[in-house]
Amino acid sequence: MAHPSTYVPTSSFGKWIDARLPIPRLVYDQFGVFPMPRNLNYLWTFGGILTFMLVAQIATGVVLAMHYVPTAEGAFDSVEKIMRDVNWGWLLRYSHAVGASLFFLAAYIHTLRGLYYGSYKAPREVLWILGVLILLLMVATAFMGYSLVWGQMSFWAVTVITNLFSSLDSVIPGLGTRLVEWIWGGFAVGGPTLNRLYALHYLLPFVIAGVVMLHIWALHIPGSNNPAGIEVKSSRDIVTFHPYYTMKDGFALVLFIALFAGLVFYAPNLLGHSDNYIPANPLVTPPHIVPEWYFLPFYAILRAIPSKLFGVVALIASIGILFFVPWLDTSKVRSTRYRPIYRWFFWAFVITCCVLGYLGSQPPDGWYLILGRIFTFYYFAFFLVAMPVLGWIEKPRELPESIADSLRKGSKKTQVKKAKPLEAVR
Amino acid sequence: MNSDRRFYRPLAALVALAVPLGAALAEEPSPPGHAHEEPSIARQDWSFNGVFGKFDRAQVQRGYQVYSTVCANCHSMRLLSYRNLGEQGGPEFSPKAVEILASKAQVTDGPNEKGEMFTRPARPSDRFRSPFANDQLARISNGGALPPDLSVMAKARPGGPDYIYALLTGYREAPADLKLTQGMHHNAAFPGRQIAMPPPLVDGVVGYTDGTKKTVENYAKDVSAYLMWAAEPKLEERHMLGARIMIFLAAFAVVMFLAKRAVWSRVH
Amino acid sequence: MADTIQDTMKSPGEEDEPTRRDVILVAAAGFAAVGAAAALWPLLDQMNPDQSALSLATTDVDLSHIEVGQAITVMWRGKPIFIRRRADDEIAAAKSVPVDDLPDPLARNANLPDNAPASDENRAGKDREPWLVMIGICTHLGCIPKGQSVGDNKGEFGGWFCPCHGSQYDTAGRVRVGPAPQNMAIPPYAFLSDTKIKIG
Repeated sequence: MAHPSTYVPTSSFGKWIDARLPIPRLVYDQFGVFPMPRNLNYLWTFGGILTFMLVAQIATGVVLAMHYVPTAEGAFDSVEKIMRDVNWGWLLRYSHAVGASLFFLAAYIHTLRGLYYGSYKAPREVLWILGVLILLLMVATAFMGYSLVWGQMSFWAVTVITNLFSSLDSVIPGLGTRLVEWIWGGFAVGGPTLNRLYALHYLLPFVIAGVVMLHIWALHIPGSNNPAGIEVKSSRDIVTFHPYYTMKDGFALVLFIALFAGLVFYAPNLLGHSDNYIPANPLVTPPHIVPEWYFLPFYAILRAIPSKLFGVVALIASIGILFFVPWLDTSKVRSTRYRPIYRWFFWAFVITCCVLGYLGSQPPDGWYLILGRIFTFYYFAFFLVAMPVLGWIEKPRELPESIADSLRKGSKKTQVKKAKPLEAVR
Repeated sequence: MNSDRRFYRPLAALVALAVPLGAALAEEPSPPGHAHEEPSIARQDWSFNGVFGKFDRAQVQRGYQVYSTVCANCHSMRLLSYRNLGEQGGPEFSPKAVEILASKAQVTDGPNEKGEMFTRPARPSDRFRSPFANDQLARISNGGALPPDLSVMAKARPGGPDYIYALLTGYREAPADLKLTQGMHHNAAFPGRQIAMPPPLVDGVVGYTDGTKKTVENYAKDVSAYLMWAAEPKLEERHMLGARIMIFLAAFAVVMFLAKRAVWSRVH
Repeated sequence: MADTIQDTMKSPGEEDEPTRRDVILVAAAGFAAVGAAAALWPLLDQMNPDQSALSLATTDVDLSHIEVGQAITVMWRGKPIFIRRRADDEIAAAKSVPVDDLPDPLARNANLPDNAPASDENRAGKDREPWLVMIGICTHLGCIPKGQSVGDNKGEFGGWFCPCHGSQYDTAGRVRVGPAPQNMAIPPYAFLSDTKIKIG
C-alpha cells in the first residue's frame, strides 16, 4: 500500500538525520503506523519469530566461529573445547544447535500458514517465491552447519548427499564424478571439503538476511494477507502495526523462546543423533545414516524413488514445486477457511509431511518403503492435481463482506468503530 | 472475534504435549530410533536425571576411581584435563587431591633443549594421559580392536549411561545357537551381541574406601555416572541456569500477555 | 488515522496520568531489557580467556647447564622469559646503584608485595643472587630486548638494550635510560632445587 509518509521529526537531531538518511522515517512508516488487518491470528506471529531466530543464529554463530577450528583433525575437538572450556561455550553451542531446529519449525509453520490462507496468490506471488528461496538457503545453510561438527553423522551425511550429484553420470558420462570431485576438493570428503563448507556456512546467513529484506519489502507493497483472505476495504478493517502487532508478536516470541529455553536447558540433544558424538571415521559407515528431523520428509522422498537419478530429481522437485504454487492453485478464493473440500486435501498434505518425516527415520525397506512411495505420490499429487483441479470444481463458501464483519460474526464482544471512507486510510 | 480465546486451546495443547515430553525425555542423549535388531536397554535411576538432576559427588569420585584403575589401561579420555576433576559440578576433588591424582600419571612432554621428548608427572593443566601413543599401538595391544575414547561416550550411544551400565553388566554365557567368533565375548546389550572387550569388571577389583559394596553392579553404576559427567560437565550449571531462566520467561510471558491484552482492549 | 505513534496508544477520552496500561507496558519493557542484557552477556564473556588459558600453565626449567655469565630464553604463557646466571661483577654493578637514582624504583616482582623497592636483592632469585628470571618484554611498547646472546648489544649498563626505541636495562633488568617506564617484570616462580625452577 504505497501512501505518503506522515512522519514528522520532532527533535532538531531528528530533522537532521531525516534529511540525510531517513531511517527513523522508514521504521515509523514500515513498522510503526503500517496498516495491518485487524483479524490476524497467532499464525501471523511467525514472521517476527523467524527474524528473531535469524538474528540469534547469526549472533551465536559468529561467537562460535571465534573458537571453532575448521580442519578435519581439529573440528570435533574444537567443538568439545567450546563445550568445556570457553566461557558459556556450552550455552552458545546448544543454543545454536537447538536454534537451527526451531528455525525450521517456525519456517514450516510460517509456510503452511501461507499455503492454508492463500498468501501466495496475486499480488503476493513474488513474496512467496522469495520465501521459498529463503527456505532453500536455510536448507543449504543447515546442511553445511551440521557437517562442521565432523562427527560420524556429519561426515557421512556430506558423503551421501554430495554423492547424489554423481547420478549425473547416467546423463553425461563422467560429468557427475567431475562435479562431485569439484565439490569435495579431492577424491573423497575430507579437510578441503570441511573448510569450504565452513566458509559458505558463514556466508549464507547474510545472503538470507538480504533476501529477508526483499521478502519484507515485497510484503509491504500489498500489505499482509489475513485469515479471511479478503482485501482490506476501510479503516474498520485495520490497526497500526505498533502497538498492536508489536505486542502480539512480542508475546508469541516470549512463548517461543520459552520452548527454545526448555530444550536448550533440559533436553539439548533430544533433536540430535548420538552418532554425531563419534568423531568422523572415513573407514566406518554408521548402520543408519539419518539427517536431522527437518530433512526427514525430503529424505523419505529421495529414497522412495527406485532410480538414483530420479530420486535426486524428486528431492529437488519436492522443494522446487513450491515455486510454482501461485500458478498451480486455480481457486479464486484465497483462504481455505472458505474452501470446504480443499481443506481435506490440505490437512492430508500436512499429515503426509509428518508421515514422510517418520518414514525418513526408518530403513527404506518393507512397509516403510511401500508407505514412503504412497505418501510421496500424494505429496506431488497435492500440488499437481489437487490444487489445479479443486480450484475449478469446488464451490466455495460465501465470503464475508469485510474483515470487520468477519470478526463481528464470531463474538458478541467485538465493538467496531465507525467506518471512515477508504481514501482516508493512510 | 476474541483472538485470545482461539489461542488458549492450541496453547493448552502445546503445553500438554511439551511438559510430559520434556520431562520424560530430559537428559535422553538421543531419540529412540531404529529399534529393530538392537537389544532394548533398561532405564536406570540416575541422580542427574530430571530437571533438578545433579551429580552425586561421591558416586562420580568412585566412578573416576573405577576408570583410572580399570578402564584407563585401554581407553583414553583425551578431551578431559586433570583440573576438570576439581571444577564445580563434577567429582569436585580438592585442589591438593587433584594435584596428587594428576601426578600419578606420567605424561610425555618436550622437546627439551636437546630436542628430546621426555616424561614427567602430570600437572592439573595436562590432559588425561592416554594409554597408547596412537591408534595403531592400541589395536596391537587389543587384538586388532580399537578401544574407543570415552570422553563423550555417554552421549555417543543411544541410551547413554543406561547403555553403558547395561553393557558392563551384560556379559553372559553365549546361548547354544550363537556362534561366537574367535576372541569375541557375548554381551546382551551390545549391538550384534558379540563384543571384543573382555568383561572388565569383577567383584572386588576396585578398592572402594567409603563403604560402598565392591560389586560389579556398583562399579558399573558409578563409572556410568562418571562418564555422564565427563560427557556433560556443565549439566548442573545448565539445570540451575535453566530453572532461573524458565521462571523469568514464565513471568515475562504473563506480563506480555497482559500487556498485549491491555493494548488490544481498545479495539475489542 | 493517527498522526503520531503516541496518538495510537490512547483511546478517546484517556487522561495523561499513568494508567494500569502504562504500568504493564513499563513492566513488559523492563522484562525485555533484562532479558536482552542477560542474553548479551555470554556473547561478550566468551571472548575472555577460556578455562584452559586460565588454568595456570607452569613451566619447569632445568638450570644445570647454564654457565656463569650465560643466559637462556624459555617460553611461559606465550611470553619469553630471560634467565641469566650473572657473574660477580654484574651482581656488584647492580648492587652499587642507589634505588632512588633509578627511573623506576619498584621491584616489579610478582613474588613480592607491589611496593617492594627495586634493590638487586628484590630482583634476583631469593637467596640465589646470580640468578635473574624476568619476563623479557620491554615495558615501553613490547619489543624483546637484546642481551641474551653473547654477541648482542647489551647497552651501557651491561644488561639489555631494546633496539626499537633505545631503552637500556642494567644487570638487574631495571630500566636506566630510554622511554620504557618500568623495570622488566619478574614472573611468579620458585626454586624446586638448586638447578630447577618452576615458573607460574
